[in-house]
Amino acid sequence: MDKLRPIIGRLLKSIAIIATIIVLNFLLIRLAPGDPAAAMAGEAGAADEAFMAQLREQFGLDRPLYQQLAYYFADVVRLDLGYSYRQREAVVELILDRLPATLLLTISGFIVALGLGVLMGVTSAMRVGRLTDRLISLFALLFYATPLFWVGLMAIMLFSVWLGWLPSFGMESVGAGYAGWTRAADIAHHLILPAGTLGLFYVAVYTRLTRASMLEVKDMDFVRTARAKGLRHGLIVRRHILRNAMLPVITFAGIQAGQLVGGAVLTETVFAWPGIGRLAFDALLQRDYPVLLGVFFVTSVMVVVFNIITDMAYRIADPRIEVAS
Amino acid sequence: MNSNLWRLLKDPGAAIGIALLVAVVVVAALAPVLYPQDPWSMAGRPFLPPFTDPQFPLGTDMMGRDIAAGLAYGARVSLIVGIVSTACAIVLGVTLGGIAGYYGGLADDALMRVTEFFQTIPTFIFALVMVAILSPSILSIILAIGIVSWPPVARLVRAEFASLRGREFVQAAIALGESDRHIILRQILPNTLSPVLVMGSLMVASAILTEAAISFLGLGDPNMMSWGYMIGASRTVIRQAWWMSFFPGLVIVLVVLMINLVGEGLNDVLNPRLARKGRA
Repeated sequence: MDKLRPIIGRLLKSIAIIATIIVLNFLLIRLAPGDPAAAMAGEAGAADEAFMAQLREQFGLDRPLYQQLAYYFADVVRLDLGYSYRQREAVVELILDRLPATLLLTISGFIVALGLGVLMGVTSAMRVGRLTDRLISLFALLFYATPLFWVGLMAIMLFSVWLGWLPSFGMESVGAGYAGWTRAADIAHHLILPAGTLGLFYVAVYTRLTRASMLEVKDMDFVRTARAKGLRHGLIVRRHILRNAMLPVITFAGIQAGQLVGGAVLTETVFAWPGIGRLAFDALLQRDYPVLLGVFFVTSVMVVVFNIITDMAYRIADPRIEVAS
Repeated sequence: MNSNLWRLLKDPGAAIGIALLVAVVVVAALAPVLYPQDPWSMAGRPFLPPFTDPQFPLGTDMMGRDIAAGLAYGARVSLIVGIVSTACAIVLGVTLGGIAGYYGGLADDALMRVTEFFQTIPTFIFALVMVAILSPSILSIILAIGIVSWPPVARLVRAEFASLRGREFVQAAIALGESDRHIILRQILPNTLSPVLVMGSLMVASAILTEAAISFLGLGDPNMMSWGYMIGASRTVIRQAWWMSFFPGLVIVLVVLMINLVGEGLNDVLNPRLARKGRA
């Protein structure tokens, strides 16, 4: 039971965060300009006072605020995120349709960022002060300062317009009718630019973090011991230094998850990737608030889930950790 | 302080950064003098490539607007949003973090829950939702960026306050019967300023990036020309006209890079013990 305790604490905390987001969403809907009844009446083509009063009653808009909040809460828990009057579809349907594309993009972007970042961070730390280190540090500094959407546009210029190597928009070739492995290869081909763009900014973050963390661990006593035992250099770097240096990197991966999802909105907009970020962009242009708030809710839940996963990864990487509840 | 400034200027990265930032501030301040014409108005032939007409060194966009003028006016938006939103975030973060760190207890618990919440949610999407709902304007953008960026400041200040509170000089002030107000403002606060200053300078850089992203998505102030807007508006014609989105992006990279360099230089000067490790 004691082993389960931190996990239960973690779950309770996650539930509290999600509940707060629901309340926040409700308040934001109230803040949104325009009377929802008027909007609905407008969509229905009639806006006389009696009809609007009827609509208010029908949707409970005449009830006290706390009751409306309770209804809203119950709706969200039942996964009813409202209805998009512009797209004439339930918000949940719209989001679920697009979720796989976003998951594919963010997870690929994350793998690129973590893989390349750790690789460059290790290389840099092992060659402190030499040319390689300086070049990698310069690269990290540069990409840390570059807007993600601009990297995407410049990548399109370079790889699609000038070199013609990679497709610049969409997730698959329109009307090609591929199936099976050909389709997977086609999607992978379309994925390279968006995932690379999304990953590149975070490559900079992970490179700097891994480098600093490696340097900190590098001179510790147990590393000297391993060296004194005559272990091979590669083994020491991989098993002794890197394994210990990874802990802050994993923690940070959890913290960064929210930003990664935010970056996905920009990346999807640049590459016309059919995910929920693209959906959010369209909703922004049309001021389609239910969709926008639905995207905010779903992405927050994604981040919470991702945080739970990193928390577990952390405990597997370092069994000593007793995550404070 | 003067000797600190001198040491900062001796760091080549920070010195170049300061020089370039001063130039950007001057251009932003003098934009109406340098380019008396409205940056939104049609100044020349549309789709004019750069380096062809000396009157429009960086070319014009699809509406014939002068790109150089757009960059000058855009600098105002970036600087105002970057500095004001960071100032708001710092005031809020120092106040709440200070209260939580000094008094502890319930206030502390509540603050920690709030900062944890902000650390978890996708803050960029939250900022977008806020700007969309409050209707896009420079004020709503500043407010949205300020609201999502104060929690790290609060965490930092809270930790500093909590540790300084137990130090002898603070205990001595308490024993002397000084008021809480005096202790907080005169004894503890001055000692927390240098890490806050470093964090603040890096926050200006990320606020500029966030503003550019918000404007890129079409939620910028509709009356003010901004770099993000210029990139967002011209991205559909990027195949014919690379320069329209290239130059504004290049300026963003330069300004953000320079601010980061100054921030890191500041860190080395103000927190020598925490200086970056392994610098050769």
